[in-house]
Amino acid sequence: MTDNPYLPYPVKIQEIITETEDNNLKSYKLTFLNKEDEGNFSYTPGQFCEISIPGKGEIPIGIASSPTEKGFVMFTVNKTGVVTRFLHNMEEDELLGIRGPLGNWYPWEQMEGKNVLVIGGGFAFTTLRSSIVYMLEPENRKKFKDITVVYGSRSPGLLLYRNELIEWEKRDDINMHITVDGTDDPDWKYNVGFVPTITEKKITTSEDTYAIVCGPPIMIKFTQPVLEKIGFTAEKIIMSLEMRMKCGIGICGRCNIGDKYVCKDGPVFSLAELNELPNEY
Amino acid sequence: MTDKMIKKDQFMGFLHKLKNDYNVFIPAKEDDNFYNFTALGEKETFDFDYKNTRLSPKSFALPQSEKMFEFSLNKSDKDANILREAASDSSNTAIVGIRPCDANAFKVINANFDNPEFRDPWWTKHRDSLTLIGLGCNEPDSTCFCTSAGGGPFDEKGLDILLFDLDEHILIRPITKKGGKLLETADINQEADSSLKQKADEVKAASEKKISSHVATDKLKSKNALELFNASFWDDIAFSCINCGTCTFLCPTCWCFDIQDEVNYDQGDRIRNWDSCMFPLFTLHASGHNPRPEKVQRVRQRFMHKLKYYVDKYDNGIACVGCGRCVKYCPVNIDIREVIRLMNE
Amino acid sequence: MMDYSNKIKEIAKKLLEEKTVDSVIGFKKGTLPMMTMPILINEPGKTDDLYWDSFCNMNLANYLPKRAEKVGIFAKGCDSRNIVNHIVENQIKREQLHIIGIPCEGMLDKRKIRALLGEKELKEVSESKTSVTLKGEGFEETIEKKDYLQDNCKTCLHRNPVIYDELLGDLLAENQGPDPYDDVEQIEKIGSGERWDFFQGLIKNCIRCYACRNACPLCYCPTCFVDESDPQWVGKSDDSVDTMTFHLLRAYHCAGRCTDCGACEQACPMDINVRLFTRKLNKDALKLYGWEAGLKLDERPPLDTYRPDDYDEFIR
Repeated sequence: MTDNPYLPYPVKIQEIITETEDNNLKSYKLTFLNKEDEGNFSYTPGQFCEISIPGKGEIPIGIASSPTEKGFVMFTVNKTGVVTRFLHNMEEDELLGIRGPLGNWYPWEQMEGKNVLVIGGGFAFTTLRSSIVYMLEPENRKKFKDITVVYGSRSPGLLLYRNELIEWEKRDDINMHITVDGTDDPDWKYNVGFVPTITEKKITTSEDTYAIVCGPPIMIKFTQPVLEKIGFTAEKIIMSLEMRMKCGIGICGRCNIGDKYVCKDGPVFSLAELNELPNEY
Repeated sequence: MTDKMIKKDQFMGFLHKLKNDYNVFIPAKEDDNFYNFTALGEKETFDFDYKNTRLSPKSFALPQSEKMFEFSLNKSDKDANILREAASDSSNTAIVGIRPCDANAFKVINANFDNPEFRDPWWTKHRDSLTLIGLGCNEPDSTCFCTSAGGGPFDEKGLDILLFDLDEHILIRPITKKGGKLLETADINQEADSSLKQKADEVKAASEKKISSHVATDKLKSKNALELFNASFWDDIAFSCINCGTCTFLCPTCWCFDIQDEVNYDQGDRIRNWDSCMFPLFTLHASGHNPRPEKVQRVRQRFMHKLKYYVDKYDNGIACVGCGRCVKYCPVNIDIREVIRLMNE
Repeated sequence: MMDYSNKIKEIAKKLLEEKTVDSVIGFKKGTLPMMTMPILINEPGKTDDLYWDSFCNMNLANYLPKRAEKVGIFAKGCDSRNIVNHIVENQIKREQLHIIGIPCEGMLDKRKIRALLGEKELKEVSESKTSVTLKGEGFEETIEKKDYLQDNCKTCLHRNPVIYDELLGDLLAENQGPDPYDDVEQIEKIGSGERWDFFQGLIKNCIRCYACRNACPLCYCPTCFVDESDPQWVGKSDDSVDTMTFHLLRAYHCAGRCTDCGACEQACPMDINVRLFTRKLNKDALKLYGWEAGLKLDERPPLDTYRPDDYDEFIR
């Protein structure tokens, strides 16, 4: 972070990857214009940035790359509003800004020595990708026991990071359960079914396990009771929330849930923490 | 530092002298029916009987709109698409006649803008440039409840200097080094005599007695936030609310803001503007989801923020200084004192 | 006017007891002199909270849109016209309403009384038929009501409710008084540059709190154009161009619909005479179309109607 927490680092678009067949999700690999900024930008999976496009504004986006990947920072962006629509029309080599890293991260210290269950839905898989890449780094892999992933989207063409998913499927140090709500592809060899259903079917124990969950509200709503049924306590269900944000540093006042600011005290909360807060998110 | 005094008829001379080293603002009416802080010119005089300004002086450190950055979108410019910090004026400014409640509000807001993790550069710069010269309230209104909000009509906490209006004389009490420095600059060095000091004590005591509005806030901290959030009274409180921003914009402690980019041809500014939790747009996601879509949720948010969330977060009392502006100017008479009573019950 | 309070309580109690309505919208006495608070009562036991005096200046029709139940509502002449608007514009159904009409001799302007008192604090107000007594520390002053009416009440031509199920008190003789658009005509006469300066001066204190809009029964749009963020039509800063855009466009959205109830001005915390924007359009609606808003249940306002057989060629 610079001395002025509102001043973004200038970055250049190195590469744009269209992630989904509907073209609504694109990944942006960004490189820092000033080398020293890259050194100052030190992040942990689960954190986010304000992506700043002069003339359009700023939006909070989770960091999809892992700190173990050097030379770029990656964001996967859904085309929804003014800023993201503009970003989707930008080209490689164009300039924008990022402010961050912001917020907290998944509880890596607590999760050390435990099994990690990653549950994601739709385009909310970005910081989960960061987390998986981070955990699979050989230095880090030994810090965790079993890593299990349940990730689903509406259809095969809407899955993010498809090549990586297929690579992870092949590995034996991570259990992948990829699923889609439905498909007419006869060659689809993974699961068909909603994320909560697949979770219920595939996950049999909560022993010594943390579940990190990120997805649309409807998925979270139906996954939570499943996890509780399997035996996860609220302390071990970890969720990442979204909110309308502006400053990203707990000052401008809009993203609060009770006395917590999602931008600064979150975006990562345990269900136990959320249970203490008003249901206003 | 010791109490100083000047004769009342020398007061304007003192203020004009101050203008050599400070931008001097005093409450003045111009052509309106209400007071606001106005740069001291030749025609303004200081009205010791003024009650308070319609708008709070928070705008000296948190203007309604403030340019944060500038940028060029012209690709032929070397720094196209890169933000440059906008120039901002932070020359020494004296706010003369600020009421103790409004000065306290700077302390309330400061907890948010200048915290161990982040310092807001604009807020801190402006705040540091201000010298707050308070005027104690000899005649508080019946809507003043500062003594219930951690202050008082002669409260010194937020001030650099406190003035006592004692008929023919003004007792000038330096409170901070900054205040002392201002008095030195303006050659205010006549010590207040003991009879004047005694009179000041009497006026202060009398004024505190005149505060007729009292609300208990003692239980707010120990209350369970979720129970307060789910309390049954919010619907009743919210019914009349029209969801305008009067309370938040007039409030000396409401600090929430929005950040907007504005572009003129290929040159643009990033600006921050006051925002209000009363407005639905405040929390609307780009997806269309809104965590606070209904008016009752927004009304609850404002009071919970001031009277519970802030209390829990900073252990610094309530985020209300008891100035009474919202009580007087809410078009539908939502009286925060009544809300505090219900919440503290 | 003040003796209405007791009748209001009785009527509301009866309506709720007999289940003629599910709820009643009226006013409650404020916590300060010259203030009243709109309230919703849904139990016969709580009707004692209802109250009436010459400071019931908000427009209760503002609380009707989106209500699903059967509502009793107390309505001054202007409120009743806004109820007509709501019915015509499908914001509430006639059969959902039990309207208790209140013939109104005009509301008092708290801004004028504040200006009279200056920094003296008003602690008590009492009113008789024609006068008001203001009391505070060391002063007591009686003023004539007619000198302190809201400006819109001075020129009001519909003091009697235009639609009601029952009436409180007797109908009043309507004003035949002065030209209500006298001041608009004065503004029309000045040159365009000067006129622009005049309107710039009018909004110089505006803080964009939107109290005027939100107090207005006409402004029920789910998302106002100033709050639209995608696309964003209007800037959010204190730039006077944006502030003026808000006021001018809002006035145009109210053209042919405004009943000149004055709630906007009474709500404004900065004492801006917001009605000067809307009244020009009221005048134009009257002069061009012979139209006054909120009088007819079976006709839409002239600026939101289209007829294939319109006699004007340009619109066909």
